[in-house]
Amino acid sequence: MLTLPSEAVRFQSASDQSILVYLGQQTITPDALQQVMRLLHLLSSDPIAGVRNLQPAYCSVLIKFDPLTIAQRKLEEILSGYVHRLKDVILPEPKQVEIPVCYGGEFGPDLSAVASLHGMMPSDAIEIHAAAEYLVHFLGFVPGFAYLGGLPQELVTPRRSSPRRRVPAGSVGIADDQTGVYPFATPGGWQLIGRTPVAMFRKDRKDMSLLSMGDRVRFRPISRAKFTALEDE
Amino acid sequence: MSVIEVEAPGLQTTVQDLGREGFGPSGVSPSGAADPISLRIGNRLVENAENAAGLEMTLVGGTFRFGEEAIVALTGSDFGAELDGVALKPWTSVQVQARQTLRFGATRGGARSYLCVRGGVDIPLFLGSASTHVLSGLGGLEGRALKKGDVLRVASNRGTSQLGRSVNANVIESMHSRKVLRVTVGPQSDWYPETSRQAFYAGTYRVTEEANRMGLRLEGPPVMPDRERKMITEGVPLGAIQIPPNGQPIILFVEQQTTGGYPKIAYVISADLHRLGQLRPRDEIQFELIGLHAAISLLRAQEDLMGSAEIFRHAID
Repeated sequence: MLTLPSEAVRFQSASDQSILVYLGQQTITPDALQQVMRLLHLLSSDPIAGVRNLQPAYCSVLIKFDPLTIAQRKLEEILSGYVHRLKDVILPEPKQVEIPVCYGGEFGPDLSAVASLHGMMPSDAIEIHAAAEYLVHFLGFVPGFAYLGGLPQELVTPRRSSPRRRVPAGSVGIADDQTGVYPFATPGGWQLIGRTPVAMFRKDRKDMSLLSMGDRVRFRPISRAKFTALEDE
Repeated sequence: MSVIEVEAPGLQTTVQDLGREGFGPSGVSPSGAADPISLRIGNRLVENAENAAGLEMTLVGGTFRFGEEAIVALTGSDFGAELDGVALKPWTSVQVQARQTLRFGATRGGARSYLCVRGGVDIPLFLGSASTHVLSGLGGLEGRALKKGDVLRVASNRGTSQLGRSVNANVIESMHSRKVLRVTVGPQSDWYPETSRQAFYAGTYRVTEEANRMGLRLEGPPVMPDRERKMITEGVPLGAIQIPPNGQPIILFVEQQTTGGYPKIAYVISADLHRLGQLRPRDEIQFELIGLHAAISLLRAQEDLMGSAEIFRHAID
């Protein structure tokens, strides 16, 4: 049962046109995700005039507003009312999504290093990564980039000491206890262990991002041949 | 249908309006003009809505051939534009004849120049905006900077006013002559001991070559926390000044990441955000801490000015 005493919510001024709402204990947990999703749900079903954008993260929501339309104090007052309603929000069922991944080789240039850091063979690392179920905590960084929690302890690996200038789209990476897929070719510091041929973000799709907050995700190992076949689809 | 043909694209020329707000939950940052004040004024000079799409040029402008007659305005920094070889006055609405060529050169001032055309650049919208998001290849023309041979369509808009509408010099001056950016305090500023904060507020920072629409990396006195600390990734607004482990600040800009795990010592105030769009590599800047109420008053004053008729004057007055 989720409980969230209102004193566990803290408002923090951010820029002159945004505030941070910190929800609950500052820990990365499925409970924190539930609270963030509930607040987002309320803010989108019952929007506040003057609020322009929302940026959810693990246990906070950054709310951007027009300070010439609504004063921060007034906004906090309204938000306090929302906080009291969090417990009544019923969220839709999360999706289950399976993402095919071709691990290692040129697609996963850091797989060997990650495996040897933990004293295992690359095949073991693949097996462990593909056996776990992950939770989408939020989308951030770039369009469609899902921060996945639930990485098995055996694979927890710090970021690369020097980030790559260009990580190819579809790359599957690890950073500390997070895993995720780069939707676009961007600079990036995550340890790359494989690549998916599936588009994580497509503007011609109704839900542009393949993944949404709260989704459950599994990775399925595929061969290079299968990767090419799926890529051509 | 009127068209503009790109004969030379310039260094990085993109279609921009005022961006797409409201898609943070999908990780989509707003994008939009790097110097929105210049785009807004340019659009008003040609009687467009303030958020009509125009062209944003960076450091070196392009060459554009007009298929039909058009009314244009150049705002932002002076890129030495010439219409068929004749210097064109910036911050003024001017007539372009069919088949004339408008050529921009290298900047004589800040980083960005805007070309606004009556009717606006007509391009399919992505999430309600024409703005190009270069990093993710979304919006604008095929999600990319313009290249030679591109053809842009211009929407029709008859307009009514006379030509020669221009912007008062003092307004232009007040919008652009600032090397001291005003900031408000960031949520992790208490990570930094007095000595670090002093280094930050007394220091001069140079804009590095790694300054683009995503962010501006600065170089100067390092800002170090009192001890090694870690924070949980959280939402970051436009203008956030992040401090990575090497102590060299990064200002998040219009194509910003929507969340980040580095501490923020301060945020650039809303009224100064447009100035970030005019910073060039090697420019030197400083930061001045002000209160939240002062920051909002400055924004209100700026919007009052933008909303007034006083910013414009007419050639025939």
